[in-house]
Amino acid sequence: MASIRFTVNGKARQVETEPDRPLLEALREDFGLTGTKYGCGEGQCGACTVLLDDRPVLSCITPVRAAQERRVVTIEGLARDGRLHPVQQAFIEEGAVQCGYCTPGMILQTVALLAAHPQPSDAQIIEALNGNLCRCNDYHRIQAAVRRAVGSVGSKA
Amino acid sequence: MSNPSLHSETGPGLSRRQFFEMAGAGLVIAVSEPVAEAQRGAAAGTLETRLHVGEDGIFTVWTGKIEEGQGALTELALAAAEELRVPLERVRMVMADTDRSPNDGTTAGSGTTPRTVPLVRKAAAATRALLLAAAGRQFGVDPARLEARDGAVAYAGKSFGYADLARTPELAAAYKSVLPEGIEVTPASEWQTLGKPRLRLDIRDLVTGSHRFPSDMGRPGMLYGRVLRPPAYGAILEDVDLGPARQMAGVKAVRDGGFVACAAPTTYAARKALEAISATARWKTVEQPSSDNLFEYLKQHASQEQRPQAAGRGSTEQALAAASRRFQASYHVPYVQHAPMEPRAAVAEWQEGRLTVWTGTSNPFSVRESLAETLGLAADHVRVLVPHFGGGFGGKHTAEAALEAARLARATGCPIAVQWTRAEEFMWAYFRPAALIEVEAALDANHSISAWDFVNYNSGGAAIDTPYRIPNTRTSFIASDSPLRQGSYRVLAATANNFAREAFTDELARAASTDPLEFRLSHLDNQRIRDVLQAATARFGWQERRKRRRAGTGIGLACGTEKNSVVAACCEVEMDRQTGTPKVVDVVQAFECGAILNPANLRSQVEGSIMMGLGPALREEIRFQDGRITNGRFAAYRVPRFRDLPRLEVILLDRPDLEPAGAGETPIIAIAPAIANAVFDATGVPVRAMPIRALRG
Repeated sequence: MASIRFTVNGKARQVETEPDRPLLEALREDFGLTGTKYGCGEGQCGACTVLLDDRPVLSCITPVRAAQERRVVTIEGLARDGRLHPVQQAFIEEGAVQCGYCTPGMILQTVALLAAHPQPSDAQIIEALNGNLCRCNDYHRIQAAVRRAVGSVGSKA
Repeated sequence: MSNPSLHSETGPGLSRRQFFEMAGAGLVIAVSEPVAEAQRGAAAGTLETRLHVGEDGIFTVWTGKIEEGQGALTELALAAAEELRVPLERVRMVMADTDRSPNDGTTAGSGTTPRTVPLVRKAAAATRALLLAAAGRQFGVDPARLEARDGAVAYAGKSFGYADLARTPELAAAYKSVLPEGIEVTPASEWQTLGKPRLRLDIRDLVTGSHRFPSDMGRPGMLYGRVLRPPAYGAILEDVDLGPARQMAGVKAVRDGGFVACAAPTTYAARKALEAISATARWKTVEQPSSDNLFEYLKQHASQEQRPQAAGRGSTEQALAAASRRFQASYHVPYVQHAPMEPRAAVAEWQEGRLTVWTGTSNPFSVRESLAETLGLAADHVRVLVPHFGGGFGGKHTAEAALEAARLARATGCPIAVQWTRAEEFMWAYFRPAALIEVEAALDANHSISAWDFVNYNSGGAAIDTPYRIPNTRTSFIASDSPLRQGSYRVLAATANNFAREAFTDELARAASTDPLEFRLSHLDNQRIRDVLQAATARFGWQERRKRRRAGTGIGLACGTEKNSVVAACCEVEMDRQTGTPKVVDVVQAFECGAILNPANLRSQVEGSIMMGLGPALREEIRFQDGRITNGRFAAYRVPRFRDLPRLEVILLDRPDLEPAGAGETPIIAIAPAIANAVFDATGVPVRAMPIRALRG
C-alpha cells in the first residue's frame, strides 16, 4: 500500500492504495468518476483516456503511482460551471455519439490534440485519434466534430 | 414545470401496483400486445401500460425496448410527441424495466421501427383523441372541429390542455381500458416532429460522462466479482482450492459446482484473488477443432437434412444440366466478434428474497426468465433494468454477466458488480456464425442468368434469396455443428449471403462481358433496389470512372435488400503494391427504408454500418486452436479505426409513401461485396473469401 496524492479535476485528492493499481480503477472505484471507461485493459482502445498534466494517457495501463503529485483531468472535469467544453459542445452539435461508451476518451483525446496543435491538419486528427476505437464505428461523425471543435476552441483562445 | 423524474422515485423493491399508486395522480393508458403478436405486427389490443399523463402535462412513455446507441430512445419519444402534438421536451421515456415496461420483445431484427413505434404512436394518438373529446365537452363543441397544438386545445379564447385532462377523474377509466380499434396515426405528409433531424435526447449525459452505463452502476456495500474461466472450451474443472484466496483481505470466494468466483472491495483485489484461485485449479481438457480447417469441418458436420429457405423457382437441376455455360464458386466467411466497447456487465442486488439486476442486454424479459429459472425464483421476484449500454450489435441477447452477478450476490450476501474483461468477451461471448457458401449458376445465350443454386452452410438463411430475375433458382440453408458458440450479429447471415451473391454476380457479369451495373439492372425488377442502385452509381460517377481507371485501383458495387429496406454501395480501392491488400478510399452508399423518422440518426446508423462492415471485409477473423481464441485482443483482432475512414458519402432516399422500416442492420450488407468487386476489378482475380486478403494480380 502507498499513499498517492494528486489533483483530480482541480481537487486535491489522496488515496491509500496499491501503487501498481491501474489509475482507471482508482478513479472509478475510489472517486466514483465512472465517466472514464474500461474497454480492454491493455491500452488498445482508448476508452480509458484521461489527461495527466494535460497529456493523454491510457489509465488502464497507467499505475496510480504515476499520478503522484500530478494533475489528472477526466471527462467529468471538462465542463466549467455547467458550461460544456467547446469539444463537448462540438460532439453534441455534430451528433457524434451513438452508444457513447468511447465518447469520453474521444473527447479527452481531442482536447489534448487541440492543446498541442490548435489548428491540426486532417492527417494530424486521424493520427491523434487512431488509438481510440468506436465500435459503433461513428468515425465519420467524430471526425466532423473534431473539425468543428478546431474552430471553436481556436476562437475561444 | 416540475419534473416527475420517475427513474429516481422507484427503488428496486417497489411493486408495480405501488408504482402506479405513486404515479396515480395522473392517468394510465394501456397499449400493448403479447410478444408473439408484436413480432408479427398484429394490431394493438390487450392491456398493458404504455403511456402516462402527468398533472404537470409531462408524459411518461414505457417501453421494453432498450437503447444501446441505435437511437430507439429518441425515435420512440419523437413518435409519442408527434401524435400527442407536444414538444419533445414534454415526453419522458422509461425503457427496459421489467417491473414497469410492457414486454416489447428483444430489441433486434430492426424491429423497433416497424413494430414498437406504431404501438407508441397509437397510444399517443388515442390520448390525443381523449383530450379532444374532453375539450369538446368542456367547450360544448364537436371535437371534430377542434385541434390539439402544443399540448392544448384552444377555443374561443379558452384553452384545455393535457394537465387539465389528467385532472378529469371520469377519464381515468377510459384510459385504463383496452385501446380502441382503428386508431389512426398521422400520415408522414403531415408530420411536424417526426421526419426532421434530431439529436439523441441523452447526448449531453454521454458527452459529460454522467450517464451510468451498466458497468458504472454502484450500490451501497457493492463488491467487484470475477469468475473463474476454463483455460479452453470444453475443459472440465477437476479440482480447485479456494483457501489462498479466502485468506486475502476482504475477499469472498465461492464455489457452486462448476461455478467458481470471487468478490472483493476493488477490482484489483478481485483480480488478485482470481489469480490465486486459478493457480490452484486443475482442468481436464478435450480435443477441439481449429480454425485452420474450419470450412472443411463445417461441410463434414453439415446436417443431412437440406431445408430450402427461400421459395425456389423452376427446375434448377435440369436448367444447370442443360446449360452450356456453367460457373461455380465457394465462399468463406469466418467467425467474427461483435466486440462492443462495453464488455458484458451487470450489478445484482438481493433484498428480502427479491433480486434486482442492472445489465446491458437487448433482451430484458428473457434475461429475467433466465435468472428466475436458474435461481429458482418466480419471475415477479426478479427485476431487470437495462440502462443505455455500450453497444451490442446483436451480441448481447444473453444473460451471462447477470447470472454471474446474481449467483455471487446470493452467495456473498452483498451487491455484486461483474464486468467481463476484454479477453473474456473475446473468448466467452458468442460469435457471428462462419459461413461456407457454395454457388452454381448458368448463363444463357443472351448472357442472362438462367439458373442459380445457392447453399449456405452454417450461417443462416437471412436474405438468402436472390433479388434477381432468374427462371430457375434454388437456395438452401444447411445447419452445421458449429465449433464455436454462435449467435445473432447485426443483420445475421444477410451479410454473408449478400457477399457471396454479389461477388458471384460480378463473376457472371464478367463472363457475360457486361458492365456490373447494367448486368444487375437487366436482372432486376425490384424498383426500390433499382432506385438505390441508380442513386449510388450516379453520385459515384460509375460510368465515367469505369472509363478512366487508374493502374492499381478498382471500383466495385453491390446491392441488396433485407428487413424491408434496400441498399446499394459503390467503392474505390487502391491496391498496396507490396502486400496486395486493398485500401478503401471512397464509398458512396444509397439507402432507403421507407418514410424516414429521424434523418440524423438514420445517417449515423448508415455511416456506422458501412464502417463496421469494413472490419470483417478487410481484417476481422476469429482464429482458434486447442479450444482457445488465439487472437482475442484488440492488438491482434484489428477492428476499423480512424485510419480506415475513406471518403464517405451517404444518400438517404425518403419514401413518405411507405411504412418506416428499421435501419440499424441492412446498411451493413453492401460494403463487403462492393469491396470484393472493386478488388476483382483491380486485379482480375475473383474474391471468394472474407477477410479480403493479399491477392495476385
